[in-house]
Amino acid sequence: MSIKKSYQIYIIGVGGQGTIKTATIIGEAAMAQGLNAVMSEVHGMAQRGGTVVTELKIGDVQAPLVDKHSADLLLVFEPSELLRAQDLIGKNTHIITSCSSIIPFTVSLGISEYPDLDKMFERLRTKTSHLFSIDAERIANEIGNIIVANIVILGMAAATPRFPVKKEAILASMKQNLPARSLDMNMKAFETGYQEFFTITR
Amino acid sequence: MKVNDIYEKKQGEKLFLLGNEAAVRGALEAGISFASTYPGTPSSEIGNVLARIAKDAGLYFEFSVNEMVALEVSAAAAASGLRSFVFMKHVGLNVAADAFMSTAYTGVRGGMIILSADDPSLHSSQNEQDNRIMAQLAGVPVLEPSNPQEVKDFMVYGISLSEQFEIPVMIRTTTRVSHMRGVVELGEIKPGKKEGFFKKEGIGFTIVPAVARKLRQNLVEKLQKIAILGNSSPVNRVIAGNSQNKVGIITSGASYNYVQDLVNEYSLPVNILKLGLCYPFSEELLKKFISNLEHIIVVEEVEPFLEREVLSLIGQEGWQKKVHGKLDKTFPAIFEYHPDIIRKGLAKVLQIEIPEAEGLAAELDDLKPPARPPVLCPGCPHRSTAYALKKAIQSLKIKKENIVFSNDIGCYSLVLQPPYQMADYCICMGSSIGIASGLSKATKQKIVAMIGDSTFFHAGIPPLINAIYQKTNMMVIVMDNRVTAMTGGQPNPGITTTVSGEEGPTISIEELAKAAGAGLVRVINPDNLNDSQEVFKEALQYEGVSVIISRSPCVMFVPRKAERVTYQVNQEKCTQCLICLKQFNCPALYREADGSVHINYLLCTECGYCVQVCPQNAIEVKK
Repeated sequence: MSIKKSYQIYIIGVGGQGTIKTATIIGEAAMAQGLNAVMSEVHGMAQRGGTVVTELKIGDVQAPLVDKHSADLLLVFEPSELLRAQDLIGKNTHIITSCSSIIPFTVSLGISEYPDLDKMFERLRTKTSHLFSIDAERIANEIGNIIVANIVILGMAAATPRFPVKKEAILASMKQNLPARSLDMNMKAFETGYQEFFTITR
Repeated sequence: MKVNDIYEKKQGEKLFLLGNEAAVRGALEAGISFASTYPGTPSSEIGNVLARIAKDAGLYFEFSVNEMVALEVSAAAAASGLRSFVFMKHVGLNVAADAFMSTAYTGVRGGMIILSADDPSLHSSQNEQDNRIMAQLAGVPVLEPSNPQEVKDFMVYGISLSEQFEIPVMIRTTTRVSHMRGVVELGEIKPGKKEGFFKKEGIGFTIVPAVARKLRQNLVEKLQKIAILGNSSPVNRVIAGNSQNKVGIITSGASYNYVQDLVNEYSLPVNILKLGLCYPFSEELLKKFISNLEHIIVVEEVEPFLEREVLSLIGQEGWQKKVHGKLDKTFPAIFEYHPDIIRKGLAKVLQIEIPEAEGLAAELDDLKPPARPPVLCPGCPHRSTAYALKKAIQSLKIKKENIVFSNDIGCYSLVLQPPYQMADYCICMGSSIGIASGLSKATKQKIVAMIGDSTFFHAGIPPLINAIYQKTNMMVIVMDNRVTAMTGGQPNPGITTTVSGEEGPTISIEELAKAAGAGLVRVINPDNLNDSQEVFKEALQYEGVSVIISRSPCVMFVPRKAERVTYQVNQEKCTQCLICLKQFNCPALYREADGSVHINYLLCTECGYCVQVCPQNAIEVKK
């Protein structure tokens, strides 16, 4: 019988949204807490506006790639990208998704369609109670800069049950991995996302 | 983590390192004092990190003009007694192949590591060649690490192996190892020799046939000795299951990670042989491992390299054993593996069920995410060059089928997509000009070659000389964005900044083109669309070879102007003709549900190209 050896995180977004930075913060925090962490990143051509995936496993494992339907946590930085990550979602997956769309040029040119997100959320909600959408971009803008949207989502993720890394370790890791001048803004973004989870699950 | 941690942290400390970062730490722990590369994904971050720390960490590092030169300079450093390190993407080794094959013969004095970063599944490449086969062809030993810790440790081991047998050693990574991040326990940094000395003794490094015949013999003897050493090398590990097990797995690289996780998670009854030294093949170790087995599963990426060796060994011994891998279709023949692929393969051979986890069955099949191909950045000067060229072609009424675009390796390959569709042919670094020459001789069509500044220096100069010498007709556009952009912003000989940040000499592309005898040489600034269009019109009508250097710096690596402007679409003037969206195609422009056109300020770089493109003058500076 299978015993689950790791906590599996899958982060999907569009080039430039900070998937790698977010996962690195979690991974280094896990290491500081004495846990093993392995992570897989995408660099190169795909970064120029394309879909970007970062995978992270925390625990006694070798490979960073998330197994089919086995993600414990799915972070979606651009909502339509959730559809590309369907195979990773299982019964116990906590899904946290931004609700701000980034419309690619293929849609403007009429060679591709943007999906109906309301339908997507509605159908998912009939199957899982672990789906949480958050207007991370609006919150980030209110805090001061749209670039901290990923940290808002990270804050919310850190509040989910079973998340294996302590909040203090994440905050310490943020200090190591983010520029000093934007640290206050990022701390605020994290805390807002963290509290938001309890607000919507209350 | 900060970049400096890679050399400042002490023995015994831990860092969360990318495979490529671990290679840099490994170089420092191995006492390497000389390194060179030409950037290419998935190896690029090694150079990016070295560029930032080389000076402080006390080693020489250069971004060479191409991979062959990179290999040659590192080979010469090793011949002079320094420990050296050259690294490149897998197809880079094709460029370096001539030097690579001969360096295997000459051997080295100081240790030398050649790191080849292979790219199974072609994440960022034109093919998925398995460079273990290149190493076998050359006679160079291959180490295959599985994770960042091993990348670092194998750098140190590889240097000692290289020095012991006076042979260059290849470290073969794959994308999933180069771009894997993991916990790495650090070892002690050993300062390398500061200065080499080329001793004129021994058989020498000039491989005329009489010398090469002797070196060929030496090489074979070295490989035989290394194969014997491999029987007890710490990088080859038997992970003992049970002597009763009748199934064993032989694996290497990233594949080992998938195998080990599955064996642990499902307590599978198998023995594992993890090979770190994959060439030459250590036969005694293999024989011992498989002698009591009935089934051997070989799990490796990309070619059935170890699998064929296992089969030939079994044949030689006259044993009756089943070998499962790519050849019997237990695993797919092409593309990278994934835990799910290995799970299915192992279940099949072991004849057990390893069920997959249950999905949500959310019935989302009719909803599709939008296509998101990589795209030129907002403000990219390549878009503006392509737009000016398109307008010039339209105004000369050249039909689409009568003009062929020979493209090259770089960001500008992205003009392949609509609305530009200016990449009909592109096979390898520098090919744009050679292919254009052939097209010019073989057809009567108009031929345009597009090549980046870094690619021009890398492999564009000999074909340009050939094109002129053979009297071809073509326009060569050098897309000079003052940087090697696609791989993350490395310097090249066309710009003054060197790796150490010092001023270097600048090699002028226009002077090179003139010296080679190009009849029409022009430098344009694509920031000015109208002027650029006029020059393209002249060049398209020119008989002979014209070279147009379209020069404007990459928007990613050049700081924004101090003076900020904000543009906006004047909705009263805008007729929604959509030229800005559909013909110019800037990703910072978008339409609202009511059809109106707007600017996304998160993406806009204030380049002002759209202002020139709009026929209604509807895009204005916001006051």
